[in-house]
Amino acid sequence: MKALLLRDLRLALRSGGGFGLGLAFFFLLSVLVPLGVGPEGGMLGRIAPGILWVGALLACLLSLDRIFALDQEDGSLDLLATAPIPLEAVVAVKACAHWLVTGLPLTLIAPGLGVLLNLPPGGYGWLVLSLFLGTPALSVIGAFGAAVTVGLRRGGLLLSLLVLPLYVPTLIFGAEVVRRGTGGMALATPLALLAAISLGAAALLPFAAASAIRVNLR
Amino acid sequence: MMPELGKYAGAVLGSYAATAVLIAGLVGLTLWQSVRMKRALAEAEARLGDK
Amino acid sequence: MSIWEYANPKKFMALSAGALPWTVGLTVLLLATGLVWGFFFTPDDYRQGSTVKIIYLHVPAAMMAINAWIMMLVTSLIWIIRRHHVSALAAKAAAPVGLTFTLVALVTGALWGQPMWGTWWAWDPRLTSFLILTLFYLGYIALWAAIEDPDTAADLTSILCLVGSVFALLSRYAVNFWNQGLHQGASLSLDKQENVADVFWLPLVVSIAGFILLFFTMVLLRTRTEIRSRRLKALLARERVA
Repeated sequence: MKALLLRDLRLALRSGGGFGLGLAFFFLLSVLVPLGVGPEGGMLGRIAPGILWVGALLACLLSLDRIFALDQEDGSLDLLATAPIPLEAVVAVKACAHWLVTGLPLTLIAPGLGVLLNLPPGGYGWLVLSLFLGTPALSVIGAFGAAVTVGLRRGGLLLSLLVLPLYVPTLIFGAEVVRRGTGGMALATPLALLAAISLGAAALLPFAAASAIRVNLR
Repeated sequence: MMPELGKYAGAVLGSYAATAVLIAGLVGLTLWQSVRMKRALAEAEARLGDK
Repeated sequence: MSIWEYANPKKFMALSAGALPWTVGLTVLLLATGLVWGFFFTPDDYRQGSTVKIIYLHVPAAMMAINAWIMMLVTSLIWIIRRHHVSALAAKAAAPVGLTFTLVALVTGALWGQPMWGTWWAWDPRLTSFLILTLFYLGYIALWAAIEDPDTAADLTSILCLVGSVFALLSRYAVNFWNQGLHQGASLSLDKQENVADVFWLPLVVSIAGFILLFFTMVLLRTRTEIRSRRLKALLARERVA
């Protein structure tokens, strides 16, 4: 399992694109939004939590189809399916690798982009914490979507249509944490629910994803 | 015969009209697909001459 | 003789052929009764004026939009567990019907909201949930359309339906949490206090029955088309081999 994780990480970092693309997209979005809505600081600060969360979500989406598609093309997915470790674990490891190369870097650069968007000072800690707790859910849900569409020739667009509705609860709770954090309001409930979604998704969705892969490899 | 709808006539009639259009679209599409499929299947069965 | 007998496509075709004229007749009868009664023979509400007549479309459509998804969930489960093809095809057949009802509920709601709330659209929890439900229907239909092999499509859409149901439910609560509502409570509930007044209640129940039958008829018709399409595919495949 460790070998698989390292292999996935190496592939993501080496083959270019996958790793930097999501981050660059996230950065671009944070630059484009102020250009679109105007430079007025108060308004930017108010919409910053939502923009950053939507940006993280879309940046995550960009690299999802690579989770299984590359392995399917060169046939290593068939090997993984017959490997001694269960397919559920393979899915979990791959989702974890995806998170390490997209979710985690996104979390780390988010405060910098918060500055661009004029995020109020109280929000930074909560922004990092909410992304840290929420992005794993994005990766696992995305891995499920990628597993469902792995056999399709033009799965990319369909993948976003399938995955985005599933992202709704994570987005709502995540952005809510930051919004409440910047306003200095109580935020234990959305924070707990956000963590619950991540944990629940990580515990259950690999099973659904693995059964989807088995169907696709049939 | 027509009931007095007052100032909300647009909203009420619009709702009924929009619903009629949507449902008619669904029914029309369903019937069209059904007829087309029936014909295609009948042709195939006649061509293959079984059952 | 168990209910599973009807999972045999041939039996289903025979039974549904016999049932269809009746369900079509009943649908027309109930819808006509409910809607004509509601439109022509009910008084205006003292607060909502004549817009109360929209309830006979809005409430049944919204109910059936949700029930259609639940029906898809049940038939998907039956497909996964017992692998009856008719079940999977019925789920496929129900999706566009559910989507249409969702759109009806959204459009009539917007038309009602404009004079009553002063806006076509508000990010109210119920409205937002319905918008999200629309997205789920679209994704589900798109997945069916994208996969060529019918059994693979049935399996994957069933899995999506299961996972989607969980997330749809989650979204419902998330959205509740996210914004306080503008929408009134349930129009129909067992608690008499909350119910709409009796004059509106009877025609509403009739038109709900009409919408249920409309759904049933549409699903029967569409399932029959799907079964024929499967048979056609099988025939063409055999032709190619021969």
